[in-house]
Amino acid sequence: MNSGANYLDGNAAGGELSRIFAIDIASAEGRCAHCGTTKRFAEAQVYMNGPGLVARCLVCGHILLRAANVRQHTLLDVCGMRYLSFDTSRLSDSENPPEFP
Amino acid sequence: MARSYSIGSAPNPEKHVELTVERLPDGEVSYLTEQVIVNDRLELRGPIGGWFVWRTDQDEPIQLIAGGSGIVPLMAMIRPRIAAGNSAPFRLLYSLREPEAMFYSDELNSLSAHGSFVTITYVYTRATPKGWVRPPGRIDAALIANTTWPSKTGATYCVCGPTPFVENAAGLLNACGNEPEKIKTERFGPTGGKQ
Repeated sequence: MNSGANYLDGNAAGGELSRIFAIDIASAEGRCAHCGTTKRFAEAQVYMNGPGLVARCLVCGHILLRAANVRQHTLLDVCGMRYLSFDTSRLSDSENPPEFP
Repeated sequence: MARSYSIGSAPNPEKHVELTVERLPDGEVSYLTEQVIVNDRLELRGPIGGWFVWRTDQDEPIQLIAGGSGIVPLMAMIRPRIAAGNSAPFRLLYSLREPEAMFYSDELNSLSAHGSFVTITYVYTRATPKGWVRPPGRIDAALIANTTWPSKTGATYCVCGPTPFVENAAGLLNACGNEPEKIKTERFGPTGGKQ
């Protein structure tokens, strides 16, 4: 899994995925549908140098999530995760993000 | 064109956001350092990402490990710690190519000079200041063992830098017996945020 260094992690995917998810996905917990590992999405290995975005399980390397923008559509595949668990305790942060000047 | 940047500032009443961007000769974000001028308007989305953060209700020891410009999001932890005035002791292990490559040098020197809550260890990978004891080299097991919080302190470890740097540092922390759950990492690279 660590053979190359052409990957980042789930933190780097946060910006792109914030166009889809209303709640911060980096701190969400996801379970890999392949090996059952449960980790924060921030810890996933993320490849962003292709035409889309691919997140892989840190443990088994299986694809957790794929996202791609094709013309006016965003395609999202999350079948590599059995579930995603979002922390809603800080939801007000997401609903009312600080205003930038 | 959309790119991701780390915020280096603490939350503040003025709601100002400070971004630190490293100027690279052929950097893909050179537009930001060469073309953007004062009063230009930029569209921002964020802040994004609530995982690689330090919150003021954390009072356990904090070990920060930075590679190059990976110092930026770690400054966004150090600065609010100054304001919060809680009891969390910080240590910073900062790896940089050469003395001239240091970010926030005045601020960091001032912090370490006053015996504050943060203890700083610098590591130089290519050229050191004159008379520096440790020859240029990457972070290694001895440095991790001698300068970072031992795992028994219950410390949280925050590692930020280019992917190979983070893999090396996190691997050394793991080898020292630290719980993976205590190690938070954030990687960046030339492909970061390319969309």
